[in-house]
Amino acid sequence: MDLYEYQGKQYFARYGIPTSPGGVADTVDEAVTQAEAAGYPVVVKAQVKVGGRGKAGGIKLANDADEVRAHAGAILGMDIKGHVVRRLWVEHASDIAAEYYASFTLDRPAKTHLGMLSRQGGVEIEEVAETNPGAIARLHVDPVRGLDLDTARRWADDAGLDEAARAQAAEVLVTLYRCYDEGDCDLAEINPLILTADGRIHALDAKVTLDDNARFRHPEWEEYAATETDDPREKMAKERGLNYIGLAGDVGIIANGAGLAMSTCDVVNQVGGRPANFLDIGGGANADVMSAALEVINADQSVRAIFVNIFGGITRVDEVAKGVIEALGRVDLRSPIVLRLDGTNAEEGRALLAPHLTDRLVAEPTMLEAARRAVAMAAAAGSHGAVGATAERESENQA
Amino acid sequence: MSIFVDETTTVVVQGVSPTSQGLYHGLRNRAYGTKVVAGTNPRRGGEVIEGLPVFATVAEAVEATGATASFISVPPPFAAAAILEAAEAGISFIVCITEGIPAHDEARTYNRLVQEHPGTRLLGPNCPGIISPGKCNIGITSGDIALAGGPVGIVSRSGTLTYQALHELSQQGVGQTTCVGIGGDPVPGTNFIDCLAAFQEDPDTKAIMMIGEIGGSEEERAAEFIAANVTKPVVCYIAGVTAPPGRKMGHAGAIISGSKGTARAKMEALSEAGSVVAENPTEAGERMVEIVKELG
Repeated sequence: MDLYEYQGKQYFARYGIPTSPGGVADTVDEAVTQAEAAGYPVVVKAQVKVGGRGKAGGIKLANDADEVRAHAGAILGMDIKGHVVRRLWVEHASDIAAEYYASFTLDRPAKTHLGMLSRQGGVEIEEVAETNPGAIARLHVDPVRGLDLDTARRWADDAGLDEAARAQAAEVLVTLYRCYDEGDCDLAEINPLILTADGRIHALDAKVTLDDNARFRHPEWEEYAATETDDPREKMAKERGLNYIGLAGDVGIIANGAGLAMSTCDVVNQVGGRPANFLDIGGGANADVMSAALEVINADQSVRAIFVNIFGGITRVDEVAKGVIEALGRVDLRSPIVLRLDGTNAEEGRALLAPHLTDRLVAEPTMLEAARRAVAMAAAAGSHGAVGATAERESENQA
Repeated sequence: MSIFVDETTTVVVQGVSPTSQGLYHGLRNRAYGTKVVAGTNPRRGGEVIEGLPVFATVAEAVEATGATASFISVPPPFAAAAILEAAEAGISFIVCITEGIPAHDEARTYNRLVQEHPGTRLLGPNCPGIISPGKCNIGITSGDIALAGGPVGIVSRSGTLTYQALHELSQQGVGQTTCVGIGGDPVPGTNFIDCLAAFQEDPDTKAIMMIGEIGGSEEERAAEFIAANVTKPVVCYIAGVTAPPGRKMGHAGAIISGSKGTARAKMEALSEAGSVVAENPTEAGERMVEIVKELG
């Protein structure tokens, strides 16, 4: 789960990483109130989960209430790389003497944590890595031993931070590691980490990704759930406990297992179609899970056909078939379904389904054939679907 | 022959109670013919459940039965401790199928195993387990879809795609030596290279099927290893060509970050290493069947 900057800063603050005084605003008036509280000059910052906000005009300095009004008004509603700004963070502007970069993440090949520290902060770290890789001091941290202050101090030396900044920076780095480790972050990044003109170190930005698997030991993450996704399909799936990612196509996908779900999207693509989503219903494909999955797919207006791809391993296919039949009784579907059921007890499962098959519920023996059928059905429905949708809207207007 | 487990492997199932997942899967494995010799539960030491003697700790189970392998399917909050308990008891092969273990727990546990228990191999977590058809099955793979007698070794990062691969081959009458599901988590105990090296050494394995997915660089590293060390034919399939960057596709490890970890980059690396790269699981099965026929 990615956090917004303001959430990341609040998360940092829990662990004692210094940040600027500031607050959240959803309206121009709120922005002014927050600015008055933080003290002028202030920085008005768009809250979107995407990089490059500054270049897009989403970060502005304001010296008084009028400037806050002007900037907040311009930034709220702004579209930054497909993300519409609905919330601002307004904080007291810092007098910056130097900008650094600091982060921790997992180095998967090395199977240890990797810290990156650079005296070139405030720019994208990927850019620094390409143009001047020597400017990034890398430190592998053993997950068993952790990071101590002496090591952090030597690391700050290696990175060539300004003398005045090193001791304080080392302390912030140790704290950032503790936040990353105890706070179960996949990524904890400060860019820039600044040295102020009066010699203080603090975080001017926060990029935090939390590990969803650690949710069980972080009740404080509850507050982030409401802002997790803007996609209404994903919100609906989340409420039903489904592993769903919205895509742009018209073939709805349901599969058991993440790998198979991914592979199903790929195969649909290979035969000339476009998947509308990734949806993994996991191991237990019973009627409840199947109904929930079909409801979510059904709510997606762009879906024209649904491809249910199940390989029974420990889940027996006859159980899946019963689940599908029951789910079809509960959900009133707009789109036809293509089923591919294979694996343990596949024949029993197909026999159960046989009496239910119609031109709106078809079965195919293999993944490829089922994908072709689903894509063809989506294409056919797409050409009448457009007409049908228009007719529906017209009849609504007349009513 | 097979890799990691065979007919002599004896298994202790950690965390058994009449309603636990561990017992359910352990009994299925025993029904397949696996030597499942004990279960553990701190509150049920001394009991016998479904003919399985239960001990309070793994150490006691090992002491009494000589178990060499352990099977863990306990919930995520308890998995790391269960893995370390098995290693401390001298278990040399641990299969952990638990899904949803925090990445920091995985990283810490993996490094503790390396530092303190170098003789222990962990398979998983978040994997379907391992099956050497006709000999030993530890995990949740359905024994029905595997076929004994080789000559193909399978290693896979994804559960259902592992079953799909077994099914494609078995249906064509092509058997498997061992099928290893390494799991889709960020810090797997056993990786592609461990399995590729073992299959290369195994005289009965004549060809290798490798199933990867987006995220990380394990497939790229496997490609380097194949180019340098593997002389047996390798057929690969990588899932996630259509996956959007920055989104976790179910598995904690399956995420494209920036330009890294894409399916196409992995496919190219494996192709350059001399492997056959298939576009979908069915094609991977077909290509492998052709290769096995040519081997005679």
